Amino acid sequence: MINIFQVAYKNLLRKKARSALTIVGIALAAWVLVSLLGFNRGYEMSLNRDIDNLGFQILVTAKGCPYEAATLMLKGGTGLRYMKADVVAQISKEPEVDEITPMLMQAVFDPNKGESGGYSAYLGVDPATFPKMKSFLEFKQGKWFTDPEALEAVMGYEAAELEQREVGDPLLITEKNVEVKVVGILKRTGTQDDGTIFLPLKMVQKTFDKTDDLTGIGIKVKKEASISKLEDKLYQLPDVQVVSMSQVKQTIMTLVSTAKVMVFSIALIAILISVVGVVNTILMSVMERLQEIGILKSMGATAWDIFKLIWLETLILCISGGVIGAFFALGTARLTDVLIRRLLPYAPSGGLVQINPSLVLLTFGIVILIGLLSGVYPSWKAGRVRPLEAIRSQVE
Amino acid sequence: MSQTSPIVLEAHDLVKIFHRGSEDIPAINHVSLSIREGEFVAFVGPSGSGKTTLINILGCLDNPTSGKLSLDGRVVVDEGRVLSESALTKVRRDIFGYIFQKFYLIPTLTVQENVLLPFTFYRKPGADAEVGRILKLLGIDHRKDHLPGEISGGEMQRVAIARALINRPRILLADEPTGNLDTRRSEEIGELLKGLNRREGLTIILVTHNPALANIADRIIELRDGAIYKESWSSNREA
Repeated sequence: MINIFQVAYKNLLRKKARSALTIVGIALAAWVLVSLLGFNRGYEMSLNRDIDNLGFQILVTAKGCPYEAATLMLKGGTGLRYMKADVVAQISKEPEVDEITPMLMQAVFDPNKGESGGYSAYLGVDPATFPKMKSFLEFKQGKWFTDPEALEAVMGYEAAELEQREVGDPLLITEKNVEVKVVGILKRTGTQDDGTIFLPLKMVQKTFDKTDDLTGIGIKVKKEASISKLEDKLYQLPDVQVVSMSQVKQTIMTLVSTAKVMVFSIALIAILISVVGVVNTILMSVMERLQEIGILKSMGATAWDIFKLIWLETLILCISGGVIGAFFALGTARLTDVLIRRLLPYAPSGGLVQINPSLVLLTFGIVILIGLLSGVYPSWKAGRVRPLEAIRSQVE
Repeated sequence: MSQTSPIVLEAHDLVKIFHRGSEDIPAINHVSLSIREGEFVAFVGPSGSGKTTLINILGCLDNPTSGKLSLDGRVVVDEGRVLSESALTKVRRDIFGYIFQKFYLIPTLTVQENVLLPFTFYRKPGADAEVGRILKLLGIDHRKDHLPGEISGGEMQRVAIARALINRPRILLADEPTGNLDTRRSEEIGELLKGLNRREGLTIILVTHNPALANIADRIIELRDGAIYKESWSSNREA
């Protein structure tokens, strides 16, 4: 026996090249859709993880002080501003504060760095609080210093590569002529920590003659506490600026949203093109088969029967395209990752394109919807063909 | 067929006018006729005589401008009042099987699948049991797994006839069924139709240019300018 599904399927086999090309078109649209939805999901996940990895949700700096090492370098190692160390005690009193860690950043010109010299950034951190807050930092070699005044250093992955240092090697702080011993080298994190040289806070304060000064205070907020409430209180402090990671995230998201709009426009265009392609293919095959459809109607097929047949053909095309596209997207997720990374102003570490089953299902849903919608017009047109058409053509 | 067989198709004063611009072209001019169950009727006539238009109307594929048509005692068209499209679909599938000059087989379906195609949409009770018999009757059972591209034109027309017969129609409408076939194959199809009529008692309405084919019918109706010009009973007609 034979059913309508077989008839629809075998109808599509009649013009293999045309059906295949239409499927390719749909597969491309599905591929773009899955990849972009995956990106949408992955990017936010990675960004959130990166921000959690900063270890603190709020950074307090002296007003006008650059809070990123990169900015400091751009300014030629100058422009640092300081706040007094007693601010730490003041902030600690706030009930929302879970953990707090003081930092002092210093930059020194090193004539031996690169071809014409460069700046080295040193971050003085408190061995009692900083490692705890940044517990996700992993060591390639060695471990944290424990003595707040020791002449010891922990180097970020890239800093160690650049200076070609290993644990046990000496490291000279130029200008100050102080030699420290490398006690630890971090694994790569993909953040600015990679290029930083960490030193014990008190030792930096002493060496640079900034005994009572800090450049930054990292704050971890209690889980149930409101970040914005604490921010408001911190704004009341004189001469400090408050950098909230939720703000940073917001800024990055705003930057990325432009890129997102662009990629979603591409997806929309891809979908529109595939819809037009499907409508065109099915309409053409209907037009070519007018007489045959007339015969089917003379055999007792109702308008609805013909509508179903043509609709089914459209659906078969779309589902095949959708399946191929989704698998293709899964297979090329890494490649897509690389391509999208180039488009973005800021890309977090980790997988940017995260495809999961519900995403694939969503895409199938969209592709089937496309099929149903684009099949309506050709199917309706086919259903209206009168059996007489079959005979009319013979008079020609 | 005998004079006492019930009338299966009755047409009264059928008129069909085509409009071309402001001009009215009468294609069918006051045609009345009745066909009895088991009859084999051939319509002949020169091109433009209206024979195809007439059997399209008789077969409910086209509507007359005026006149009345009854099938099996049921009025299908009466002075411009026509059944709904879905009711007409029922009439077509219950009463008629159609074959045309072109075979319209689906090239990617096998012979058997093509013959079974009407079942995709509608199955007359008891029709399933007929499949094997019909394939055998038409001499295509040994070809049932072949694709249409692998069989001859004559065999293709047999497949089309089998497809028309699968739902056990009361009347087989054949519009130039041998138009695409050479003389030998035409004769074969003629013999086949004759057999279906004589042995199976199938009512057949045929349109043809081919005098040899027309001659196997019991009754030959010659049309000219949309009207019945001459009606004759062939000599081989059974009493």
